[in-house]
Amino acid sequence: MESLKPSSVLIIGSGPIVIGQAAEFDYAGTQACKAMREEGVRSILVNSNPATIMTDLDIADAVYIEPLTVPVLERIIARERPEGLLPTLGGQTGLNLAVELSKAGILEKYGVRLLGTPLDAIRRAEDRELFREMLAKLGEPVLESEICHTVEECVAAAEKIGLPVVIRPAYTLGGTGGGMAFTMDQLRAVAASGLAASPITQVLVEKNLLGWKEVEYEVMRDGAGNCITICNMENMDPMGVHTGDSIVVAPSQTLSDKDYQMLRSAALRIISELGIEGGCNVQFSLAPRKDVCDWRGDPDAPLPYYVIEVNPRVSRSSALASKATGYPIARVAAKIACGRTLDEIPNAVTKKTTAAFEPALDYVVVKIPRWPFDKFALGDRTLGTQMKATGEVMAIDRTFEAALNKAVRSLEVGGRSLLWERPEWRDAAEIPVHATDERLWALMAALRRGEDILDLSRRSRGVDPWFLERLQNIVRMERRLLEEPLHPDLLREAKRMGFSDEMVGQLADRLPEQIRALRHEWGIRPVYKMVDTCAAEFDAETPYFYSTYEQENEALPEEGRGALVVGSGPIRIGQGIEFDYASVHAAWALQGAGLRAIMVNSNPETVSTDFDTSDRLYFEPLDEEAIRDIIENEAEGPAGTPPSIVQFGGQTAINVAGPLRRAGLPIIGSDAEAIDIAEDRRRFERFLQDLGIPQPPGAAITTLEEAMKTAQQIGYPVLVRPSYVLGGRAMEIVQNATELVTFVGAAAEVAAGKPILIDKFLEGAEVEVDAICDGERVLVPGIMEHIERAGVHSGDSMAVYPPVHLDDEEKAVIVDYTRRIVLGMGAIGLTNIQYVVLPRKAGEAPRVFVLEVNPRASRTVPFLSKVTGVPMVQLAVGAMLGRKLAEQGYPDGLWPERSLYAIKAPVFSMSKLTGVDTYLGPEMKSTGEVMGVDRTFEGALAKALIAADLALPPKASILLSISDRTKADALPLIHQLAEAGYRLYATEGTSRMIAALGLPVTTVTKVLSGGHPNVVDVIMDGTVQCVINTPEGRMTGSLRDGFHIRRAAAERRIPCFTSIDTARAAIQALARPADYDVATVREYLGAD
Amino acid sequence: MSDAWLVLADGTAYRGRAAGAPGRADGEVVFNTSMTGYQEMLTDPSYAGQLLVLTYPLIGNYGIDERVEESARIQPTGLIVRQATDQPSHLRSHQTLREYLEARGVVAIDGVDTRAVTRRIRRHGVMLGTITTDETPEQALARVRDLPGYDDINWVDSVTTPRVYDWSVPLGEGRYRVALLDGGVKRNIMRLLERRGCSVRVFPAGTPAADILALHPDGVCLSPGPGDPRLLDSMVREVRQLIGRVPVFGICLGHQVAARALGAGTFKLPFGHRGGNHPVKDLVSGHVTITAQNHGYAVDPDGLDASAFVSHINLNDGTVEGIASRTDPLMTIQYHSEACPGPLDNEYIFDRFIEMMAAVKGGVR
Repeated sequence: MESLKPSSVLIIGSGPIVIGQAAEFDYAGTQACKAMREEGVRSILVNSNPATIMTDLDIADAVYIEPLTVPVLERIIARERPEGLLPTLGGQTGLNLAVELSKAGILEKYGVRLLGTPLDAIRRAEDRELFREMLAKLGEPVLESEICHTVEECVAAAEKIGLPVVIRPAYTLGGTGGGMAFTMDQLRAVAASGLAASPITQVLVEKNLLGWKEVEYEVMRDGAGNCITICNMENMDPMGVHTGDSIVVAPSQTLSDKDYQMLRSAALRIISELGIEGGCNVQFSLAPRKDVCDWRGDPDAPLPYYVIEVNPRVSRSSALASKATGYPIARVAAKIACGRTLDEIPNAVTKKTTAAFEPALDYVVVKIPRWPFDKFALGDRTLGTQMKATGEVMAIDRTFEAALNKAVRSLEVGGRSLLWERPEWRDAAEIPVHATDERLWALMAALRRGEDILDLSRRSRGVDPWFLERLQNIVRMERRLLEEPLHPDLLREAKRMGFSDEMVGQLADRLPEQIRALRHEWGIRPVYKMVDTCAAEFDAETPYFYSTYEQENEALPEEGRGALVVGSGPIRIGQGIEFDYASVHAAWALQGAGLRAIMVNSNPETVSTDFDTSDRLYFEPLDEEAIRDIIENEAEGPAGTPPSIVQFGGQTAINVAGPLRRAGLPIIGSDAEAIDIAEDRRRFERFLQDLGIPQPPGAAITTLEEAMKTAQQIGYPVLVRPSYVLGGRAMEIVQNATELVTFVGAAAEVAAGKPILIDKFLEGAEVEVDAICDGERVLVPGIMEHIERAGVHSGDSMAVYPPVHLDDEEKAVIVDYTRRIVLGMGAIGLTNIQYVVLPRKAGEAPRVFVLEVNPRASRTVPFLSKVTGVPMVQLAVGAMLGRKLAEQGYPDGLWPERSLYAIKAPVFSMSKLTGVDTYLGPEMKSTGEVMGVDRTFEGALAKALIAADLALPPKASILLSISDRTKADALPLIHQLAEAGYRLYATEGTSRMIAALGLPVTTVTKVLSGGHPNVVDVIMDGTVQCVINTPEGRMTGSLRDGFHIRRAAAERRIPCFTSIDTARAAIQALARPADYDVATVREYLGAD
Repeated sequence: MSDAWLVLADGTAYRGRAAGAPGRADGEVVFNTSMTGYQEMLTDPSYAGQLLVLTYPLIGNYGIDERVEESARIQPTGLIVRQATDQPSHLRSHQTLREYLEARGVVAIDGVDTRAVTRRIRRHGVMLGTITTDETPEQALARVRDLPGYDDINWVDSVTTPRVYDWSVPLGEGRYRVALLDGGVKRNIMRLLERRGCSVRVFPAGTPAADILALHPDGVCLSPGPGDPRLLDSMVREVRQLIGRVPVFGICLGHQVAARALGAGTFKLPFGHRGGNHPVKDLVSGHVTITAQNHGYAVDPDGLDASAFVSHINLNDGTVEGIASRTDPLMTIQYHSEACPGPLDNEYIFDRFIEMMAAVKGGVR
């Protein structure tokens, strides 16, 4: 065999977190880089997402945080001259870029070898026609379908195949733009959006297998042709719901050995035929029970199946499969890409066997997606072929019932257990069980009302009776807990089914704490079992555990002091991968300080739940019960009760601070007291007053009367928001008393009894700092200035480091306030503070107001760590463990500014969330972020815009619809656009203004029923390539009109600016065409 | 549901619930890590005399389908699981696992911490045990201590066919005439041979070589089966007579018997190989496949005749997984190429047997 090992490899990351591409690719890329290092291969990594572990300085040998575009990649290839390119670890983004690089002749030009998946395999997996040819060649069943390029072709195909059909766009991620069609009208609409979504304007119109089972296999193949299966998974939601939106179990539950092996063999035939060297995911559809959903064919023959999809790369499912089995797929795939065969790669879990085996599970894994509908109440909750979830949770237990209950606990949707029911269901004649994010609860509700299992299976379009029987078991237990007196056997049985103390308490009319006490009295405590890849057949050394109520505990006490890092749970809007980044660094910092790092988390996509990130990993819900149980288990060790760290896991971890304190359990770093000062509005006000630090006037209120009075006193506009929520949920800028009445109501619902905050809304520059405090000194690694003025949620703002509009005096005030606040609160570790800086006249003192203080790691920690070079989490953990900043080699005050510019830009997933308004406001909407870094501000800005897909095409057509409030601000911008050669289209009012400026403009009607072309037409038919639309307050008609404009832009995937400030920045970048650098992060930092 | 106990010879007791017929069942406690295929495992004669622990916790999910049985009866003496399902769901299912076990009088226990049992066996080796629904653990333990040793019993005698029979079609109707020596055969071996054009005549394990050779078979298949191959001296002697005279294909116990016939020894593995995920490397091609396994003993290649060589090894522990001969038409495998349950990757071994018979038949050696 030829020597296959490349000396250097370029790895393409997946870019920002969007729906369909989340943290799983950080996990994959990080594992791969580590594996490359072990193999002695130089790794070169490119990703635009700074919130990742993979873009840390020491993970790859060269790290580029640069936009993921062909020109940028070519420049990197030209500089680095890698021998190989591994495109299979960066999701669809990475794969598409590899195809483009190859098409552009760049790989050939620089002699770069494509590793892992041959180009031909990518084409055959992604191009529907070639895919069908391959299946036919292998003798695999091929689903009736047709490739179409126009809506008319789609109609013809659907007539031939027969409705209902599914429309699948080619080359998109997360099935974007596709969908199901039951009528010809639906077909036309879905076909149009699908064709628009496909970069090659191609869709597949396919026979609908609604009600069939959906089963996936994760398979691996090495260069010698050895093939194995890592895991199979069965979707509880049958065909018709995107697998990323399905509740998934591993391994499959309703497949016999015959079914299982039939599909396994097919998966191996496919990976062999494609010649993939690495991981691959194959999705099948398998015939269901005939009494659930009838199909034509012989019931005695092997069950009919279809191959639905092949992903010739590491995927979300492979991350899930890795965590579900303990088998590190990305790591092994990277080693295979370096020329290793499976039998040469050691099994990192058992350390005794090799990677050439198939994991055996002796537990059940349940994954539940985490959807953003708690934030987007108006979004369309129906689930279909377009993925809508932002993240997911996973739970492991020895029964399905228990794993399911634990997964629901992990979701963190307002403390909603399986007992939750939608109030509307109370009087419903029939509980709706079509596919939505709430179907699981609906099925439970239907079973509680005694609905027949087979009927329910049919009505839900194919949820297999097996799953419903398991839910029925849970309902039976609910009844027993309601009816029988609580006794040890009953409680043990309930715990074995995964009932939380809270659920048991609710049903048995006790407080959760009383149930806990009873458990202790009756000796009912969880044990912890190991995820060892081999069902205990071999002695394994992996420290990866899950809880269950059985006999033997395997997570025995260990020597040495340790601390518990409470992770951040599922990725959701407002709590993204940034918090996983911080949790991982916290674990590493503990290890660096000689402590055992004990990690708790429920998210299978992340680096924090990689088995070798911590000394011990508990895959558990992040609630009080689970964390206290873990602490009690760890407390058996010689070092006693380990302290917990709650400041890196976002609001999730912060939420357990209070319960831990009440239980008398130690927390290191800022304690519950500091958190309370920050979150209790009245205490916070007093606290700032005592320090003499100004904040916008306002008050915490609990009644509408108080709200009206406060608003009148401080004057409109005011900011209304509930306390104790994350991501600015239910936060609103209110212009008048009428709006106030509406929003106080909405906020009160979210606040659930806690006070509502009303503040004067100050329109100035928003500034953000992260600070590290050791109890005596405060280090401010950097100040970030937001591009958008206050009013846009900080998570949705573009932020620039170092600030460009602040003078030294203002910076000094900010650092001074920061120091006094942090020391005053007694915060130890990290604190994030947001300020608003108002313009001032010459000679006037700086006008700085405190908006918000969070005594915990914020989402800017990875960004700021990377651009300042300050290891923020490490210093914070050091401080928590009692090491002073000076001891750690860091000074007090503001860290010297680096001679670089870095801009963090938010990225949205709006095209995937039908019905959600995209305008930027105080409520966070972005799912991810990118960074542009360069030696100049303009270069950094250009890169941030390119990476966020917000770059304006030169000399394009633009639609303007500017609210009266922002018309004055928009004037210079309109002039710039005209000068740059843009064709301007505008709605009536805006058009009149532009005409008055003496500039040419085409008027477009806003009213959708009032003639053509209207605003939506010019967007959908491609007349305009960009939109600037600034909304009025939410209550006005313009917001409703604007909604259609913004949705159309989202669906057409063209830049849509809803803040004048963002638009200004984009036009500024356009005016001075991007002359940017391409360099490693180390080079930028070393430029000092 | 009534209480039941699993009691191991070392005194460990696990409480659970009865999941099959009431009563007592004794045997050597072994575990299998396959996640599917409980019914195929339950009807695999190689489990004779054993109590089967399934490490996958949810058993019975897809019910019972008599068409997938690998022999005419349930073979292990008892079944130990974490959760037996009384509400199966599958197109083919016509019975629940409990009904199946009860109808056939097989004792079973569920609710057991099967992972704890498995870890105990892994650490201390397989041991005798009992499932009981009508004794205290102490009473059961006293009884277990008096049980005869598993290795002292010739289990093949209890599972081999009492009479000669033809599988599906009479011998002579197929392209190849295969004589199968039944030490505890699984039906799928016959099905796979049949599918490849063989007519199969099945013989009791004790059949003399001369009787088989008298039929002029194109090949002989030595079947899998239970128990210690060291107790099978007479079978070893007869097989020695077959080697070189007719193509021989040995599977599992058949492999061990053939290896002994070629001078190798056998030994007991501490806790056996039972599962559907064992990697086996073909030392000739270098290719690795995933195999189904069910054996408690392995071949010690020391003493193996110079004409034979180890052709396959297990990548987990390096034990012998196959033998081939340089001079004679012989190949054996320790694993179960017939799967059922398990991966179908190794059916090609049957093709090789056909090729071997074809070569001999065609005079090509």
